[in-house]
Amino acid sequence: MKKNDYSIVAKGLKKSFGKLIVLDGVDIKVKRGTILALLGPNGAGKTTTVRIMATLLKADGGSVTIEGHDVSERPDKVRSVIGLTGQYAAVDEYLTGRENLRMIGRLYHLGKADVIRRTEELLEQFDLVEAADRTAKTYSGGMRRRLDLAASLIATPPVIFLDEPTTGLDPRSRLNLWDNIEKLAAEGTTILLTTQHLEEADRLANSIAVIDGGKVIAEGTADELKDKVGRERIQFTLETDADLKKAIKLVDGETLQVDEKRKSLSVVHDSGVYKLKDILEKFEKSKIRVANMSLAKPTLDDVFLQLTGHKATAENNNENGGKK
Amino acid sequence: MSTNLQKVQPEQHSKLYWVLSDFAVLIKRSTVYIVRNMDQALSTVFMPIMFLLLFRYVFGGAIDTGPVSYVNFLFAGILVQSAAFGSTYTAIGVTTDIRRGIVDRFKSLPMADSAVLVGHTVTDLVRNTISSIIMVLVGFAVGFRPTASAWDWLIAFGILMLFTFAISWMSAIMGLLSKTIEGVQWLTFVFVFPITFISSAFVPTAGMPSALRAFAENQPVTHVIEAIRSLTIGTPMGNHGWLAAIWSLGILVVSYIVAVYIFKRRTAQ
Repeated sequence: MKKNDYSIVAKGLKKSFGKLIVLDGVDIKVKRGTILALLGPNGAGKTTTVRIMATLLKADGGSVTIEGHDVSERPDKVRSVIGLTGQYAAVDEYLTGRENLRMIGRLYHLGKADVIRRTEELLEQFDLVEAADRTAKTYSGGMRRRLDLAASLIATPPVIFLDEPTTGLDPRSRLNLWDNIEKLAAEGTTILLTTQHLEEADRLANSIAVIDGGKVIAEGTADELKDKVGRERIQFTLETDADLKKAIKLVDGETLQVDEKRKSLSVVHDSGVYKLKDILEKFEKSKIRVANMSLAKPTLDDVFLQLTGHKATAENNNENGGKK
Repeated sequence: MSTNLQKVQPEQHSKLYWVLSDFAVLIKRSTVYIVRNMDQALSTVFMPIMFLLLFRYVFGGAIDTGPVSYVNFLFAGILVQSAAFGSTYTAIGVTTDIRRGIVDRFKSLPMADSAVLVGHTVTDLVRNTISSIIMVLVGFAVGFRPTASAWDWLIAFGILMLFTFAISWMSAIMGLLSKTIEGVQWLTFVFVFPITFISSAFVPTAGMPSALRAFAENQPVTHVIEAIRSLTIGTPMGNHGWLAAIWSLGILVVSYIVAVYIFKRRTAQ
């Protein structure tokens, strides 16, 4: 693949705050027009990576080019091709939604007519028309996030950074924001988003880079990563050991896992309801008594446990080091 | 999915055009606060009135200012003190912008680095102009009788604004160095209170202990006050006018350079 098929290329990024090593050689490439999710726990280095890419922070080592512009040599060029939405909605509380968008548009150095046109388009797109003339102070959390995202899109930048865009949002607002992010990608925008949730990465991203301890420890599509961990499983807990023995014979296949102590077995759930029904019917015919049944999705913790041997909800919380 | 997105491109203008445009956009942003932020609106209007009335009526009877009436003596002092306090909004504004993450957004835009600071400091000038006009009007109502000509007023206003701007840029530095909004309020408080009280603002310096008096008579705030006092009520000018201008200009230039330097470094460490 040619080098210029990539919008974002980071090589060997290193960053320390004092003695704390936050990034220890991060390599990331994002193909033009795709979404890459940077998945990792607090303190993994996600925000620091984004801040370096968005010219807010200087790396101690390594390089980043955005649309061919080097962030340390031409930060001005980089700034005119990126949009950034940070962890907290960076909108001006005392300005109205419309004023916020127009202000950012002018600061992107767009012409006045373009600013006015784009502002109205974005208010429409993000369902903020009715709230457009209210100060952002009166907005709900979801509305602020939408306004914040809209602001980073006003100059139609080819590259967007979204740092934990849905943290703290209720499920409905999250879905709404996801829809908007998908639309952007469909329009050809290259997006790098950070998240702590596999579900979010799964839903949005073409590829996922798992970051931990300042390094990318795994990369691939959502399916590739999940295959490493195992997919959604159906788990049956049975009444007696005899039930378990009978059940194991009925439910064979390579994804079968048995836990004799708990009298439980589980299988991958790929074929969905059909398989579930099939198994339950077999159990009933053979008079196998099921005490409990549950579905389990692989979580970020599963991925992490599998990849690193430690849990994702790590005790260190150093992600904030870069914001001082 | 269909796409009807029209890509927009930056408009082509000279670098200077965009620097001035960035300044204008952020000055407009900050001046809106004067009206929309109730704290600011109230303190802009009522603080000067309260200070003037308190000093005029509570302390006025107890302080001997010789042949000059206390209200005439007080006016220049209270004007300068309220301008100094008004200039601390820059510090609070800068810290708030950093804490709320809006500085990150600005820094990721292709705009002039110093525009955020310029927005806040120029707004201090606007706010202090409003406060000063209110103070002059209330001053007249409580017995302030200036002898100044229109020209004198203009020079006095110029000195006051130069001083305000200088303090605003110092206050920008405090805003950049503070980690919390409470912290910055405290910092500006312990800065503005001593420099305005250890001066000739409210009492003649003659009654102070010698070390304090030496400081009070030679520090910039006193020169600014004495210059304005001379212009408004005709006390002797001496070197106060020049010294006020030179001090203010010096503080302004140094503070501007330091503030912009810290702003760039702090947000790109």
